[in-house]
Amino acid sequence: MSPLKISWKSLWSKPLSSALNIMLIAFGTGILTILLLASTQIGEKLDNNSKDIDLVVGAKGSPLQLILSSIYYIDFPTGNIPLKVAQELAHSPFVKRAVPLAQGDNYQGIRIVGTDSNFVRIYKLKTSTGKFWAADFEVTIGSAVAANQKLKIGDTFFGAHGLTGSSDIHKTHAYKVVGILTPQANVTDNLILTNISSVWKMHEDHEKEEAAEHHQDQHKHEDGETHHHESQRPDQTGHNEEKEITALLIQYRSPMSVVMFPRMVNQSTSLQAASPAMESTRLFSLIGVGVDTLQWFAALIMLIAAISVFVNLYNSLKERNYDLAIMRTLGASRAKLFCIVIFEGILLTLAGTIIGIILGHLVLQFIGTYQESSQARLNGLIFLKDEIYLFAAGLAIGIFAGIIPALQAYRSNISKILSKN
Amino acid sequence: MITIQSISHSYGSTHRIDFKDWEINNGEQWLLLGESGSGKTTLLHVLTGILKPTTGEVIMEGTSMYTLSSKELDQFRGRNIGIIFQRPHLIKSLTITENLTLAQSFANLPEDLKRVNEVLESLGIANKKNAYPSELSHGQLQRVSIARAVINKPALLIADEPTSSLDDKNAQAVLELLMQQSGLNQATLIVATHDKRVKDAFTNTYELK
Repeated sequence: MSPLKISWKSLWSKPLSSALNIMLIAFGTGILTILLLASTQIGEKLDNNSKDIDLVVGAKGSPLQLILSSIYYIDFPTGNIPLKVAQELAHSPFVKRAVPLAQGDNYQGIRIVGTDSNFVRIYKLKTSTGKFWAADFEVTIGSAVAANQKLKIGDTFFGAHGLTGSSDIHKTHAYKVVGILTPQANVTDNLILTNISSVWKMHEDHEKEEAAEHHQDQHKHEDGETHHHESQRPDQTGHNEEKEITALLIQYRSPMSVVMFPRMVNQSTSLQAASPAMESTRLFSLIGVGVDTLQWFAALIMLIAAISVFVNLYNSLKERNYDLAIMRTLGASRAKLFCIVIFEGILLTLAGTIIGIILGHLVLQFIGTYQESSQARLNGLIFLKDEIYLFAAGLAIGIFAGIIPALQAYRSNISKILSKN
Repeated sequence: MITIQSISHSYGSTHRIDFKDWEINNGEQWLLLGESGSGKTTLLHVLTGILKPTTGEVIMEGTSMYTLSSKELDQFRGRNIGIIFQRPHLIKSLTITENLTLAQSFANLPEDLKRVNEVLESLGIANKKNAYPSELSHGQLQRVSIARAVINKPALLIADEPTSSLDDKNAQAVLELLMQQSGLNQATLIVATHDKRVKDAFTNTYELK
C-alpha cells in the first residue's frame, strides 16, 4: 500500500474536517479564478475594441464617457457635434482615416449605429452572408445580433428611440437586414450598422411627430431618454440647417499627429479629443483597485485555509502518533511517515484548488449568462495558462501546511510513544 | 538465533538499567518476566530495534541490529520481528485486510491476499476481513493484531503484556493462539509479562530483577 493511498484513506476517515478544509481552499481559489478570468477578459476586450483607433472626437464632457460610448458602446454619448466641424477635422493632414458615428436608437437594447464605409475598413469587417449597407434603412448586423435576435437577411424591424428600452418606436421607417458580419470577437458583433442619413431621417420624422405629441401630452417623456433627446437637437429651430453626428473616430497618419492633433482639436474647436488607450488605462486602474481588494481578500481566505489545514494535520497527528509509531514497528521508514503526512496536506489543498478553479469557471459562466450588457459579456469556458499558477499555489499551501506536522512525524521517538500506552 | 550482549540503557544520567546476557535459539518460546518498572519495556524496545541501548549489542540471525541505518533497521524489523502490543492498535481508517497488507508493503514484501486469508482463517476471523477496526470487539482486535504480527512470517514474535487486561479464560485463549501461531510460522516467541498466570506454559524464563 503506497503512502499516497494511506493518506487518501486517512482523509476519508474524517470526512467533515476534510470537507471544511477543501471548501475553504476552493472558496479562495474560486475567487482568484474569477478575478483572473474576468480581468484578463475585460483587458482583452478593451484592447481588442480600440485596437486601430487612435483618438475619438466628440462633444465636451467626460473623456471616459466619450470613449465608453463611442468605442465600447456602453455609456451614453456626451452629446452631438456639428457635421461641418467634424468634416473639417476629418480632412486634416494629420488624419489618415476618420469614421463618423451617429447613435441614438436601439433595437431590443442593441445600438443602431449610423456610419460609413470607413467603419468597415477600420474594424476590418467582412460579411458572412449578404452585403454591407448601402441605401437608406438598410442595415448590416453583427454575428451575435443575428444569433440572439434570430434576424436573417430580408428581415425588417423598427428601431426604438434612445439607447435602451423599446417604449418609443419609430414606426415610420423599417430597417431591412441586408448583411450579417463574420464574428469579430469585439463590439461589432453586437451592433447594427446603417448609414448616417438613415439615422437622420428617422429623427426628422420622429421630431415632427413628437412636436405634435408634445402639445397633447406633456408627460410622455419624463425619463432619461428625454435628456439625451434634447441634447441631440440643442436648437429646435436650427436642426434642419445644421446636421449633427455623435462622434468621430480618428486613425492618425503619422506619430507626429499624436502630439499635434489632440491639441488642435481641444484648442481650435469646441469639441474634445480623448485617447482610447489613455482612457482605457485609466478605467482599468479604477477597476484595478477593486480587483486588488478582492485579490487580497482571496489571499486572506487562502491563508486561513492554509492555517486550517495545518491545525487539522497537527491535531490529527497528536491522535495518530501511536498509529505512526505502529507503522514504524511494521517496517515503515521515517521518510515514509513524512510522505504520508505531507501527502494529506497536498491532497486536501489540491482537491480544493481543482474544485475552486472549476467553481470559478462555472460562476463566471453563470454571471455571463445573466449579464445585461452584451458588449462586456464574460465567458467562463475559457481556460488560461495562468491558472497553472493557481495549481502551483495550491500545491505550495499544501506543502506549507503539511511540512511541520510531517517533520514531527519524521522526528518522533517511537519508543517513547509506544511505552506511554 | 538471537543474542544480547552486555546491554545497558540509561535514562538521563541517573537512571541506568543493566540487562544480563541472553541467548535465544530458533523456535524457542520464552517468558520475559518482570514487575512494572523493572525495565521490561525497555528491553523489549531494545530487542525490537526501536530503542538503541547505551551500551552493548543485539545480534539477530548474524546481524548486529544497531549497526544498521535507521531505514535499514525499520526494514529489518518489518521483515523479521512481529510485535503484539498490550492494546491492539490498528489503523482506524483501513479495513482489517488493508491493515494486514499494510504490514506486508511496509516490509517491502508483495501484497499477498492469499496469505492474509490464510492467517485470518487460522485465527478464526476471516469473516471480518472487510470490516473496519471500530466494528470489531476487543477480543477480535487482539486476534487481528496477532495476525498482523505474523503476516510476514517473522523469525521473532514478541508480545508485550498480551494478557494483562484479560480474564483467566481469555488470557489462556490468547496465550494458546500465540503459541499456536509461533509454531505455525516457525517463529521464536517472547512473551513479556508480569502476569504470573501464564508462567506454567513456558519452560524458558528470563527474569528481570
